[in-house]
Amino acid sequence: MSRIERLAQTLQEVLGDRALEVLVDRGEVTLRVAVADYLAVAGLLRDHPDLAFEQLIDLSGLDYSGYGNRPWPGRRFAVAVHLLSLQHNVRLRVKVFAEDDEFPVIPSLIEIWPSVDWYEREAFDLFGILFEGHPDLRRILTDYGFVGHPLRKDFPVSGHVEMRYDPHLRRVIYQPVTIEPRVNAPRIVREAHYGDVDHG
Amino acid sequence: MAEIRNYTINFGPQHPSAHGVLRLILELDGEVVERADPHIGLLHRGTEKLAETRTWVQSVPYMDRLDYVSMMCNEHAYCMAIERLLGIEVPIRAQYIRVMFDEITRILNHLLNIGTHALDIGAMTMVLYTFREREDLMDAYEAVSGARMHAAYYRPGGVYRDLPDQMPKYQVSKYKDEKRVRELNRNREGSLLDFLEDFTERFPKYLDDYHELLTDNRIWKQRTVGVGVVSPEQALAWGFTGPMLRGSGVAWDLRKKQPYEVYDQLEFDIPVGTNGDCYDRYLVRMEEMRQSNRIIKQCIDWLRKNPGPVITDNHKVAPPRREKMKSGMEELIHHFKLMTEGIHVPPGEVYAAVEHPKGEFGVYAVSDGANKPYRVKLRAPGFAHLSAMDRMARGHLIADVVAIIGTMDIVFGEIDR
Repeated sequence: MSRIERLAQTLQEVLGDRALEVLVDRGEVTLRVAVADYLAVAGLLRDHPDLAFEQLIDLSGLDYSGYGNRPWPGRRFAVAVHLLSLQHNVRLRVKVFAEDDEFPVIPSLIEIWPSVDWYEREAFDLFGILFEGHPDLRRILTDYGFVGHPLRKDFPVSGHVEMRYDPHLRRVIYQPVTIEPRVNAPRIVREAHYGDVDHG
Repeated sequence: MAEIRNYTINFGPQHPSAHGVLRLILELDGEVVERADPHIGLLHRGTEKLAETRTWVQSVPYMDRLDYVSMMCNEHAYCMAIERLLGIEVPIRAQYIRVMFDEITRILNHLLNIGTHALDIGAMTMVLYTFREREDLMDAYEAVSGARMHAAYYRPGGVYRDLPDQMPKYQVSKYKDEKRVRELNRNREGSLLDFLEDFTERFPKYLDDYHELLTDNRIWKQRTVGVGVVSPEQALAWGFTGPMLRGSGVAWDLRKKQPYEVYDQLEFDIPVGTNGDCYDRYLVRMEEMRQSNRIIKQCIDWLRKNPGPVITDNHKVAPPRREKMKSGMEELIHHFKLMTEGIHVPPGEVYAAVEHPKGEFGVYAVSDGANKPYRVKLRAPGFAHLSAMDRMARGHLIADVVAIIGTMDIVFGEIDR
């Protein structure tokens, strides 16, 4: 049994019902949990000797509206956490969907992995996902006083405002964007197996 | 007696030792840092958002511009993510070329880091030497891709083209006479591999020179030994990877532990530190360069003996050869579909990580089956390192903050993305 299969089995055994889904795809394990179990599961993932995920490598926000160019049936916002166990030399992706699409709230992992600090600030900044329990949830990548969450799918690529120097007022001002958005190659989702590499 | 109060100063964003556009708010008690609050995002270009609006291949050049001192390693992680999503194999020769250029990139990165780190804390000379060697390696970049820095050489399925048989040569100008040109062109008479072999033979001597300049230098040691000490437990909890983690004594290197491409067939060692201070991390980087040199040598030997294709012949992913396109209908269609629509990547998600010179550089790519990524998340090592700035700088003198920034090997292209 490979390391990946063993991990998937251990997850099922340790977490039981709290593992909504354990998916093994392309040599990677994805564990889906509910928001309510998220913190408890994270604690287990770090402390259980058979799991021992000592390191949080990455946390990424996700906005599923528009997935597959279709209306998305499920919850809109999710967080994907990438964990690494040095001891067992395996990686794990933990996914959790926020309950409310209008006001997405997910508990913060800061007590379990301190390295999550800036990743949660980033997901808050770019997606507007709120992390309950984070002590310092400020914007991190965008400008001071920025409005909106740029990685949401309904945020245009060119943004809403642009900045320029106004020679009359002799200061920097914000104004509505003047550039026209341009699409070079349209986004196309073909039927299944259309561009599969093993197709003739 | 004068009353002494805490005060706050603004460090950067335009400060030569801030390595780009770092703005630090430092709360000081006399000269001791009480709290450091890094403000980042001044170089934010929205790479992740832009990648969602481009086809998969069109985003490769954006990757160069993330960590702009180790360009090809960024491309590597991105191409690996696409290849895993597609489930395609990379030809073995392309794997060796990738490994060789990854290691060239590692030397490029560490040379810049050690040079500028020394420059920041008062050793002027170092940077002049390290930049001399960088020049040779950037010529190698230019020879394969046409660009000294932003190469866009790695493509999903392989590399753009095979290694050139000739190195570009210097020409006589009003600044360089014939004698000087002959001297400069001495190691450029053969192919790129000959040029690199010449470099790998010269490089250990250069490394010895650097050691002589810095390793026992009293001032260098005073500024780095015992500064920014990180215990192994802290390094793991704070998400450190790469030399920052190995400097604290954790022997973790993706090239050994989760080998990708052909790293499992090459011989090299992983240096680890013991004290976890700036000086140990410096020594780890120095030794890593020596090991990279070893890997490059092995790759050169293999590449000399084994010709072959350098990009996959699967025309759903890589365009066909141009001469075939001129006469073959099918190749022409493949080319047209690829150039107008791009690769169709089956739905799914992967996380591909490489051992980047700065740590673990990862790409989390989500595809919904379209010709463009649904989401690309770039995991930059510097982001995690800089987030520990407050914890590392607390209790140090303000001058040590500069040493800590230097040892973190911070580049804002990747942190701000």
